[in-house]
Amino acid sequence: MLKIKDLHASVEGKSILKGINLEVKAGEVHAIMGPNGAGKSTLASVVAGKEDYEVESGDIVLSDENLNELDAEERAHKGVFLSFQYPVEIPGVSVTNFIKTAINETRKAKGLEDMPAKDMLKLIREKSELLEIDRKFLSRSLNEGFSGGEKKRNEIFQMAMLEPKLAILDETDSGLDIDALRIVANGVNKLKSKDNAVVVITHYQRLLDYIVPDYVHVLYDGKIVKSGGKELAHELEEKGYDWIKEEVNA
Amino acid sequence: MDLKEKLLSSYLILEDQLHIDTSLQDIKSDAIKLFKEKGFPSKKEEAWKYTSLNKVLKEDYNILAKQDTALEYSDVKKYFIHDIESYKLVFIDGKYSSHLSETTHDGIDVCLMSSALTKPKYKTVIDGYFNKAATQDSLPSLNTAFANEGAYIHIPKNKLVDKPIQIINFSTGNEAASMVQPRNLIVVEENAQVQIIERHQSLSSNAVLTNSVTEVFADKRAIVDIYKIQNDNATASLIDNTFIKQKDNSIASVHTFAFGGKLIRNNLNFYQNGEHIDSILKGVTILSDKQHVDHNTLVHHIEPNCESHQDYKGIFGDQSTGVFNGKIIVEKEAQKTNAFQSNNNILLSDKATVNTKPQLEIFADDVKCSHGCTIGQLDESAMFYMRSRGIPEKEAKALLMYAFSNNVLSSVRIPEIKQRITNIIAKKLGVNIGFDL
Repeated sequence: MLKIKDLHASVEGKSILKGINLEVKAGEVHAIMGPNGAGKSTLASVVAGKEDYEVESGDIVLSDENLNELDAEERAHKGVFLSFQYPVEIPGVSVTNFIKTAINETRKAKGLEDMPAKDMLKLIREKSELLEIDRKFLSRSLNEGFSGGEKKRNEIFQMAMLEPKLAILDETDSGLDIDALRIVANGVNKLKSKDNAVVVITHYQRLLDYIVPDYVHVLYDGKIVKSGGKELAHELEEKGYDWIKEEVNA
Repeated sequence: MDLKEKLLSSYLILEDQLHIDTSLQDIKSDAIKLFKEKGFPSKKEEAWKYTSLNKVLKEDYNILAKQDTALEYSDVKKYFIHDIESYKLVFIDGKYSSHLSETTHDGIDVCLMSSALTKPKYKTVIDGYFNKAATQDSLPSLNTAFANEGAYIHIPKNKLVDKPIQIINFSTGNEAASMVQPRNLIVVEENAQVQIIERHQSLSSNAVLTNSVTEVFADKRAIVDIYKIQNDNATASLIDNTFIKQKDNSIASVHTFAFGGKLIRNNLNFYQNGEHIDSILKGVTILSDKQHVDHNTLVHHIEPNCESHQDYKGIFGDQSTGVFNGKIIVEKEAQKTNAFQSNNNILLSDKATVNTKPQLEIFADDVKCSHGCTIGQLDESAMFYMRSRGIPEKEAKALLMYAFSNNVLSSVRIPEIKQRITNIIAKKLGVNIGFDL
């Protein structure tokens, strides 16, 4: 589904991704781990189409379609979803109306009519229950004054509403207490199917106890330096990242 | 002949035609004398530092409308808030249109300034209120000299007006350039309530200059809400002089939606003559091209225990320019005053400018006054966030701008006005989304 080929990217002239290769098939869960500053969040942003990053070479392909030249919104329309590490506060726009606009703009891009209000309400009810989100919460301004846990739950709620092909969860576990983590992970697991894929970016192994990956990759200094099964995550948790660095530098 | 001379000679013609009593004649001749002495304001004056009238004043305006023009309702319906019941006072090139208006004398007076100035039954109110709030500055004085038509609204004690009153001034463009000077008087007695919608609309691309004066008197416990919709053609300029005098426990609000016109200057003045008064000044400005809007506000806190709330949002694109000059005076006696002022602006282009200047003159020592102004760009991280959810750039921008102005819109108490403003904003921003926030 997702193929990243020899991807090099930089920000303000500083090279951050230095040749990423990654293939994620439908139905799979991949985890990308690595020390701080390795380029994990950059990779997520570049795939989602953030303009601050310059793709110098390489390709990002989703279901045989090259995304390189597409805007962020066009990538979203093709089924890319990024759960932000730091969701942005947007005062004055409620959660409900934000997601309504997102869904209807995506439908518009596909040549579909707006979703009927009744169906929208039903969908919102269903998905907010899945993430144990209070109805009152939905009428609040997007992310404004939300706790860390609320922000992350809201991200996964949006993911549930938009039903992306490829979901990238960028440090979704940071700032979550164990209950919130369980709710979020449970939400993600319920949304998983043989037709979509999930890429989990995390520094710690904790989240991977709940969202169990098929593959684990270690990103270091802009490259994937090691790949393995879920046991690699445990090894990293136990030994830290230093041994990886040593291996690479050796 | 420059505009000032033309006005002075036109006044002489007008004076001969007036059939008003001597006290009014005196007011008018004093006013024209004052205008003659002071002339139009120039950028040398502190209050006009960022707004030059030069360009606007150089047109050869027709001063006294020569003919009556009729308009069909169907042609101008879109300028009315037409999906609600309302009283209507409609003026075409400064002259009253009975065809488009809906007046009343049933318990309240919603009628014409021309009648009020000439008929004996209105004499007490005119003597008591006409020109009693307007300042002795040159533009209000010029209006006073020429004032013969506009809205006359008198709401007696304890009356709640059952539907809003719309005051609409159309300019047809019969003349290559025309100047109109509407004069409105709104007297709201004790414990009475009224909502007023005001609009100036040019129907051609000929130049129009409006110099309007609105005097509002809110007696004890009165509630007055005024909505000014300024979305005129690019060749129409407006100088709006509004003076609001409030007594104890009254609440007066003015919402100014400045979206269009060549040059708009809003001189909005509140005077608090009593205790426990609330004055509310809110505005949304969205400009493009070379438009210019200047909000010049004054809140004069004269007595203790009063509040004022000012919240102006501005969005400036292309080469548009904006000014916010907000003056708050708190007199020595006005202890326990709560005065708030905020002015936030977004610049969408490198060539747009905004000048914002809070002016606080506080002579009391036990008051809460706050002011804040910001000038910034659209939040890039918010833009990426929205786009990553599938909302295209233009729509995301529009949504952010709408959200930015939303806390001003949320205090609009007539849903149809809010809807109308929302539609204008969507059109202005070139998007087709409901902003159903």
